[in-house]
Amino acid sequence: MPKGSLGIKSFLYSQTVAPYIFILPFLLSFLIFFLYPTINTVYMSFHEVYGMGNMNFIGLSNYQRLFNQNFYDAIRTNTLYTFFLIIILIPLAILFATLLNIKYLRGRNFFKSVLFIPALTSIIVAGVAFRLLFGESEAAFMNSILIRLGFPAQRWAFSHSTGMLLMVSLATWKMVGIYMVYFISGLQAIPEELYESAEIDGANSISKFTRITLPLLKPIVIYALTIIIFDGYRMFGESYVFWNEGMPGNIGLTIVRYIYQQAFQRNDMGFGSAIGIVLLTIVLTINLIQLRFFGAFKKEE
Amino acid sequence: MKKRLALLLAIVMLASMLLTACTAPDTTPKTPGEDKGKDESKAAEPTPLNFWVFEELHVAFYKDALNSWNEANPDRPVELVVESYPNAEMHNKLLIAIQSGVGAPDIVDININYFANFLMGDIQLAELNRVVDPVRQYFVESRFDIYSKNGKVYGLPTHVGATVAYYNMEILDKAGVNPDDIVTWDDFIEAGKKVKAATGIPMIAFEVSDQRPFWPMIVQRGSDYLDKDGKVILDNDINIDTLNRMYEMMYEHEIAVAMPGGKSWAEEFFPFMNSGGAASIVMPMWYMSRFLAYMPDLEGKIVIRPMPIWEEGNTRSAGIGGTGTAVTLQSKHLDLAIDFLAHAKLTKEANIRIWEMLKFDPPRWDVWDAPQLQEPHPYFGNEKIFNVMLQMKDEISSPNISDLSAAAQDVVKQNVMFRALHERSMTPEEALKAGAEELRSLENK
Repeated sequence: MPKGSLGIKSFLYSQTVAPYIFILPFLLSFLIFFLYPTINTVYMSFHEVYGMGNMNFIGLSNYQRLFNQNFYDAIRTNTLYTFFLIIILIPLAILFATLLNIKYLRGRNFFKSVLFIPALTSIIVAGVAFRLLFGESEAAFMNSILIRLGFPAQRWAFSHSTGMLLMVSLATWKMVGIYMVYFISGLQAIPEELYESAEIDGANSISKFTRITLPLLKPIVIYALTIIIFDGYRMFGESYVFWNEGMPGNIGLTIVRYIYQQAFQRNDMGFGSAIGIVLLTIVLTINLIQLRFFGAFKKEE
Repeated sequence: MKKRLALLLAIVMLASMLLTACTAPDTTPKTPGEDKGKDESKAAEPTPLNFWVFEELHVAFYKDALNSWNEANPDRPVELVVESYPNAEMHNKLLIAIQSGVGAPDIVDININYFANFLMGDIQLAELNRVVDPVRQYFVESRFDIYSKNGKVYGLPTHVGATVAYYNMEILDKAGVNPDDIVTWDDFIEAGKKVKAATGIPMIAFEVSDQRPFWPMIVQRGSDYLDKDGKVILDNDINIDTLNRMYEMMYEHEIAVAMPGGKSWAEEFFPFMNSGGAASIVMPMWYMSRFLAYMPDLEGKIVIRPMPIWEEGNTRSAGIGGTGTAVTLQSKHLDLAIDFLAHAKLTKEANIRIWEMLKFDPPRWDVWDAPQLQEPHPYFGNEKIFNVMLQMKDEISSPNISDLSAAAQDVVKQNVMFRALHERSMTPEEALKAGAEELRSLENK
């Protein structure tokens, strides 16, 4: 047993204590900013938080209230949005990555930067630009193109289909650069010899792509899928920039916007918390299914 | 329990402050124009009062009130630290500050759409009866009711918001229509058909992602979204009939269109109206300021008349919209804040300034015949605007405000109007029934 009189020095040099001191900052921020709010959210979701500081236990009734058309609309928006992001973003990013990975392509770095820069802009700033591009008047950029091509002008933010188009195109424009970078790093990890031996066996470029490149990119694809599903279900900004105080007919009502609306605009924190918990459950479930489906949990052979 | 919530909310606020890098409310005053006040009041050190507004236009008005307060009260000078935020953002910030018990300003402008949220539970706003009761008789009474609960007033009105019809005379003249002949909505429809035939221009534009003129139309018929006790009456016969008539104006008589951008404050709407896109709109008096600011080409062409009525016994106006200025209980200078606020909003002079600076219809009717308000306005057909107001002084009813008000307005704005009038995925009756159903589920929770 160490003697207590050795004091601070032995405490700091102790092999068992020191690691904890090093992780303390993280631990504290985790406990205060993550664990405590999470527990409190669960707690509030079973209460009616009525007015300023009055709480009243109401069991599951916040959760029962979730069975309503608005919540279904929100889930539908998120699901469609995630689905479109997956089928557009991943192939597009792979395409860009493959093209920009060709060694003899001129101006490679220039194009890489151009595609990556949108990822650095704020979603709100980008959204304002998109809102102007997709303005309702005939003079707005997209409408003026449509009119040149002989189509009628659109009221983009006023129907479900064009509303979805707005959100997906904004997200794609902003995120494709990041996913492209992921895929480029994946491509560069593929050993050159594989392609060389395939060439000797007489494989053409297409079969090299489908037989070598795609299978070896699978870990990156799984990673990208996981992140997109998370991003898709917790989407807020893409919808907020187009309909900032409320949207007609629930166009662009996502789960997080529903939380925002109920908790802050209608002062119903308990119900807002319940929606948050359900969102967490939905995302976890989908991701677990997806990871299992792609065999991410299988042991390395 | 309260403490727990308080800590959580404080953390959320701190985090959001760090993330958005917005200025904290208690930063040192940096507002210009304060120096004058200081010089005049060497006797006492000015007391700083924090003030949040969500409408930039109001800032100059309060700065003006500040100067006159400091002149009149050299022994109790005030220094106003005004912060202006976007509408929804300011109310979220205020809600969090009030729930967590720290960080709220002394005085705050609260939009009527959100006011009910702050009258729930233990009310954290100061009771203002002390300053309201002595002058109550001079005010349009219903404007205090909307900021009151159980007889106690918690907010001071900024305007009456009396709904009127704004007619574009250039278009009406082409069709030979005289707006003074339009008394009922049936007259309005007939006039609309003439205008449409003569010019091809629609008679009126409706909001389809906001609630006007539907709300004033049902309030003038004595209906509302919620009744006096806060029960949902959104799907009653009057409301269904009114929305049906609006639908007919749009799709059968074809004299009405949806506003571009869906609402009267959308950036797409102003150029539409400015270039003569519709012959009239029905909006509250405060919309005059929007005409002046955003539609310069209509100068001299717009005249203001009372709303048409549906049937005998209807009122010719309804007080819609509003900003209630409140003092929060977190204020360290409660009495001073209340006295300053009374000075800024309840006196005769203040009400004249409301018209002069903001172009709103002041809630104190005994100034409506003051010379400043009686001056003919060149933009609005060189007419004495407030004569219209004086005619209908006793006909300005205001909506009922209770716990569900914010939700009811949300439902109407976001779902009912859009589904019934624009998307047409539901009939007016179905849309109102669905909206009422949703509200009733909140009522019973």
